[in-house]
Amino acid sequence: MIGGGLLGLEAAAGLKVQGMDVTVLHLMPTLMERQLDETAGHLLEKALTDRGIKVITKANTKEILGTTKVEGVRLEDGTILDANIIIMAVGIRPNLWLGKDAGLDVDRGILVNNMMQTSDPNIFSVGECIQVENRTYGLVAPLYDQAKVLGSTLAGKDSKPFTHFEAATKLKVTGINLFSAGDFAAGDDRQEIVLRDAAKGVYKRLVLQDDKIIGIVLYGETADGPWFYQMMNAGDDISEMRDTLIFGPAYAGGGGADPLALVAGMPDEAEICGCNGVCKGDIVSAITDKKLGTLDEVRAHTKASASCGSCSGLVEQLLALTLGDDFDTNAVTAMCACTDLSHQDVRRMIISKSIKSIPDVMQELHWTTSCGCTKCRPALNYYLICAWPGEYVDDGYSRYINERVHANIQKDGTYSVIPRMWGGMTTPNELRAIADVADKFDISTVKVTGGQRIDLLGIRKEDLTAVWADLNAAGMVSGHAYAKGLRTVKTCVGTDWCRVATQDSTGLGIQLERILWGAWAPHKLKLAVSGCPRNCSEATCKDIGVICVDSGYELHFGGAAGMHIQGTQVLCMVDTEAEVIEYICALTQMYREQANYLDRIYKWADKVGYDYIRSVIVDDEQERKAYAARFLYSQKFMQNDPWKERVEGKEAHHFDAPLVPKKLEETV
Amino acid sequence: MQNWYEVCAVDDIALRGSRIVKTAKGCVALFRTAQNDIYALNDKCAHKQGPLSQGIVHGNLVTCPLHGWVFSLETGEAQGADKGRVKTIPVRIVEGCVQIQLADQTALTG
Ligand code: SF4
Ligand code: FES
Repeated sequence: MIGGGLLGLEAAAGLKVQGMDVTVLHLMPTLMERQLDETAGHLLEKALTDRGIKVITKANTKEILGTTKVEGVRLEDGTILDANIIIMAVGIRPNLWLGKDAGLDVDRGILVNNMMQTSDPNIFSVGECIQVENRTYGLVAPLYDQAKVLGSTLAGKDSKPFTHFEAATKLKVTGINLFSAGDFAAGDDRQEIVLRDAAKGVYKRLVLQDDKIIGIVLYGETADGPWFYQMMNAGDDISEMRDTLIFGPAYAGGGGADPLALVAGMPDEAEICGCNGVCKGDIVSAITDKKLGTLDEVRAHTKASASCGSCSGLVEQLLALTLGDDFDTNAVTAMCACTDLSHQDVRRMIISKSIKSIPDVMQELHWTTSCGCTKCRPALNYYLICAWPGEYVDDGYSRYINERVHANIQKDGTYSVIPRMWGGMTTPNELRAIADVADKFDISTVKVTGGQRIDLLGIRKEDLTAVWADLNAAGMVSGHAYAKGLRTVKTCVGTDWCRVATQDSTGLGIQLERILWGAWAPHKLKLAVSGCPRNCSEATCKDIGVICVDSGYELHFGGAAGMHIQGTQVLCMVDTEAEVIEYICALTQMYREQANYLDRIYKWADKVGYDYIRSVIVDDEQERKAYAARFLYSQKFMQNDPWKERVEGKEAHHFDAPLVPKKLEETV
Repeated sequence: MQNWYEVCAVDDIALRGSRIVKTAKGCVALFRTAQNDIYALNDKCAHKQGPLSQGIVHGNLVTCPLHGWVFSLETGEAQGADKGRVKTIPVRIVEGCVQIQLADQTALTG
């Protein structure tokens, strides 16, 4: 990669992620010298080196080597580096020939005034080819502004002239946080405020002139960037808050930060959704132009917060900001577009009105669609299963494909199959049977999962039942790896083997899995049992975890280790295995009965409160026993191996063979 | 050349269910809605070729199983803010049998 600027580094990181061996050659002594001061440049260089990207600074490329294709580069100092691909990202050079041929005045770019007018009053020009007020531009945001000026002029409207503003720079490389804007050269009339925490890799520097911010460099921690940036562009006098300025809005003026003010202060091009590259301006104009009123609508129209969801809060604040009083953050969100009722309303009415089928729910609760949608049907199917165990007949057509066919669909339309391994334990016989299945069905990929079991990938739908039949014959059942329901109970080797174990964690895990398997739940449910606080089975990031100690068992709940990461909270301590089982059955049932569909335990607990859950499960023995009893009752109807049932022909219509067309005489 | 082909009886497709027809040019997905209408679409999502036949059928729409795009069974058009279209295939019911119109299948059926 020749060029260690913004684009060059983003490309280098991208290639590295693709598994390539990347070297960045940069002419200047530090990376991104236009946006970063020396210190931040070095921190960045180190972060890139840590990721395995080689960085050579002060590297002046003399020659590209190779006859028919690229083979390497020679640097000025004689060093030769081998290369299969060379990418140049060395800045923009305005393309002048058209302007020149037309007889326009040019310098580094085509010269225009603030109204984008060239030296010929009838010719206008915008973009990377122009030079305005002695500046050329390469970032897209100012180009849009130029286009707006020109657009208004062409439409015959008075337009504000184009004015320069300092665009902020962010490097879009996962895990490297960097924000810079303005001018940060040192100077006699300038002062700086610097905060440095070398161990945490945090560096913040503000450059001040006449009590105003004129330059910002943030590395490692960039959340305050938009706040500084807004003050810089507004030319705010910061003398009042100078003492605490560097600590950001949380300390400014003593009070806490108003999140809305923060969002209001963000520039239009501030990126809100990193996954889908949606910026503030896009979202705000979608809200106004398309009259959007809810997070879901914004998601559908802009894709903002539609992937990992971590920016949902920001998007809601933008809604609040744009709609003002019309946006009610506390309004109960309807379950889906088919009804105004919330998940909780629907759950309550299913019980109070004794509703026992999906069509009846839709009828009695005045659904606005005849057949529901992909959001409500799976949720209703679950709520009915949970409310009426043994009575409700599961509706396969209201399930997502994975639960409908008891396997996991993959991107090419084939499926993966994961047999259960109780507590993560297996036997030579099971392994032999798995190996035989893999051979027989030509299964190319066999993978050990994070849940301590084995995944067979690439199975055609028409082979599923035959694969299951063979696994069943060796004593294995479905691992429900596709289910919103109990997935796995991970264990460590415990007192059977471990030198420091305090209890039989393996045995307890197996018992728990035998009791819990087959249970459907609002979302997936993963457990783990560790034999001591060293916690080899990672119980403290599971939905429910058990940590064995000398004196008994510490029960945990509400962990998450997916897109969102959070440690568990302690539920309570208990003395015996029987209590572990009772408490966990009760907690599981409370979650099954109360949570919104697709909320993991931690989300439910965040909504209703961890203390509330403890007050029921730990403090109220009668309630706990009732929940546990309801769970065990429901399990009576759940613990049939779905694979075996389907091998025996249940729900065969979900596995129908493909049809072959028969030609009719008549042609068209 | 286009021909009509017989594929199955109406009742071979469950209400809100689907069947796949293997053709010389990839799979066709047959759907039967709760209202008992039958539709045929190319079994390839306009997004990333997901098998629409494996999706959830609701109203006269189907939701792709891979990333949740929703398509009209009638027009093949993506719904909401997603942009794309899946090819629809002419279908008719003759005496309880489902027939679809395909290019000549000699290559497949020999
Ligand atoms: S968690 Fe404790 S008991 Fe279990 S394997 Fe690790 S060290 Fe041993
Ligand atoms: S492949 Fe259908 S939604 Fe992505």
